Amino acid sequence: MTRFVQRWGVFAGLVVVWELLTWLADDPFFPRPSEIVMAAQGLWFSGPPGDLFLTDAVFEHLFPSVGRLLAGWVIAAVIGISLGVALGRSTAAMQYAGPLLTFMRSIPPPALVPVFLLVFSAGTQMQLATIVFGVLWPILLNSVDGARSVDATKFETSAVFRIPKAQWILGVVLPSAAPKIFAGLRVSLSLSLVLMVVSELVGTDNGIGSQLLVAQREFDFPDMWAGIVLLGVLGYALNTVLLAFERKALAWQPKQERTPATVEEKV
Amino acid sequence: MTAMLEVAELGHTYQAKDGAYTAIADLSFTVGTGELVCVVGPSGCGKSTLLRTISGLIRPTRGQISLHGNEVNGVPDDLAVVFQDYSRSLFPWLTVQKNVEFPLRRNLGRAERRARAAEALEWVGLADAGRKYPWQLSGGMQQRVAIARALAYRPALLLMDEPFASVDAQTRFELEDLLLKVRTEQDTTVLVVTHDIDESVYLGDRILVLSTSPASVVADLKVDLPAQRDQITTRESEAFVALRGEVARLLNVGKTSEEVKARRKANEQQAAKWAEAERAESERADVSRDEAEERATT
Repeated sequence: MTRFVQRWGVFAGLVVVWELLTWLADDPFFPRPSEIVMAAQGLWFSGPPGDLFLTDAVFEHLFPSVGRLLAGWVIAAVIGISLGVALGRSTAAMQYAGPLLTFMRSIPPPALVPVFLLVFSAGTQMQLATIVFGVLWPILLNSVDGARSVDATKFETSAVFRIPKAQWILGVVLPSAAPKIFAGLRVSLSLSLVLMVVSELVGTDNGIGSQLLVAQREFDFPDMWAGIVLLGVLGYALNTVLLAFERKALAWQPKQERTPATVEEKV
Repeated sequence: MTAMLEVAELGHTYQAKDGAYTAIADLSFTVGTGELVCVVGPSGCGKSTLLRTISGLIRPTRGQISLHGNEVNGVPDDLAVVFQDYSRSLFPWLTVQKNVEFPLRRNLGRAERRARAAEALEWVGLADAGRKYPWQLSGGMQQRVAIARALAYRPALLLMDEPFASVDAQTRFELEDLLLKVRTEQDTTVLVVTHDIDESVYLGDRILVLSTSPASVVADLKVDLPAQRDQITTRESEAFVALRGEVARLLNVGKTSEEVKARRKANEQQAAKWAEAERAESERADVSRDEAEERATT
């Protein structure tokens, strides 16, 4: 508890310093944190009580953005885990697919936005394609790695007890690979946020990313900063939720093998 | 006594890229129903190859193996193995109870599975540990879970691969007595592979002494000790001391002639190569198993 207070105390202190510095500098490009909070309040939390005080912007931009982010991430997770586990259990398939995978994942996903724009036309499909293509690789490669790492003794144990194929994949390979798969899922979730913003910068006026761009073009810097802060909060929240889920799913792990929630917790 | 396991003129040669390694030259022996037979041999003599051929994990290049009269051709339906490395053999994501139930899912309903697992855990003295995870138990207790898992499966033959080599001496004594107790109570046929001479004498009804690689049977000794054994009095009895001396002599223990040393070193190097060949083989087996099952399902 005291560590929690300490950690957030430092954070709060830095915000205060930021407030002072921006107040002294009085620069329109760097509004004070209090102004940013006011802007955020005006943008998203001044709606009617019936909508829990959420504004139309929340329903029209924030929720669709988060929806696309999660949809893209889930699609990538399904493809990545199933394909990754299959490839990981087949030496031959991996030998063929290996170079292709390494090549594909080396392509910076934003570079493909124009391609997806051509193929899918602007809108949800193109945005989903960008997110899925961008976040697929950490999940896929971690799943391959995890599925490969099932040790020989577990393989022989399962063979000797004649464990059926489905039980072998779902009951042995998948749990063995789970810690690595979750590591991939976490990297991908933060990447999803990045690609969500990138995919909203072109050919659309919907979403947090596009609103950020609009605010910037209109020199509405408090609104722009509010958007940036919102993205930070969103990333933090998503990671926290996934980590809680991971803790639950991997509760069988001995304590020292668990993923620390924050960098500090590791020390 | 009818034969549960018959091994006839068994031989196995690994084919690797840079040549062939003969792990087993010529092995013939039988294990009677209800018997406990120990296979003892120097390290790298092909003991694990023998175990893998009997359990159907690899197909021997020569000879036949049959289990209660049926030729072993792939993994038999009613055979269980207790591996040395309990920490890898148990599934860390399952509780002790679920670990024991895991192989039973294929054939049994939930209630029966539970009952059998609980019963087997009671046999090994772990009736209260069912809800724990393996890593919360000591090494000796984990190996008991592995034994319980094998017993719950009701195997016609229980194979044990250096089962007590990874636990401390005290625990090893406990586990040896536990094995003797449950195999009498459950009337299980057991084949224990070990490199520990004392253990083979203490546990066995019979001892098969293997030569250095390529393995063949040097001696098939009957253990003339009372069925009821005791870690202290049995081990100090004349019959025990005489037999362990005989086995040790057969295994050339303590002979340090240059020739023996050189041969051991060569064997160790070969053993490492076999291990690699074995891994390659089991991976191929993984693929061919997949293919076989795909064929079976389509």
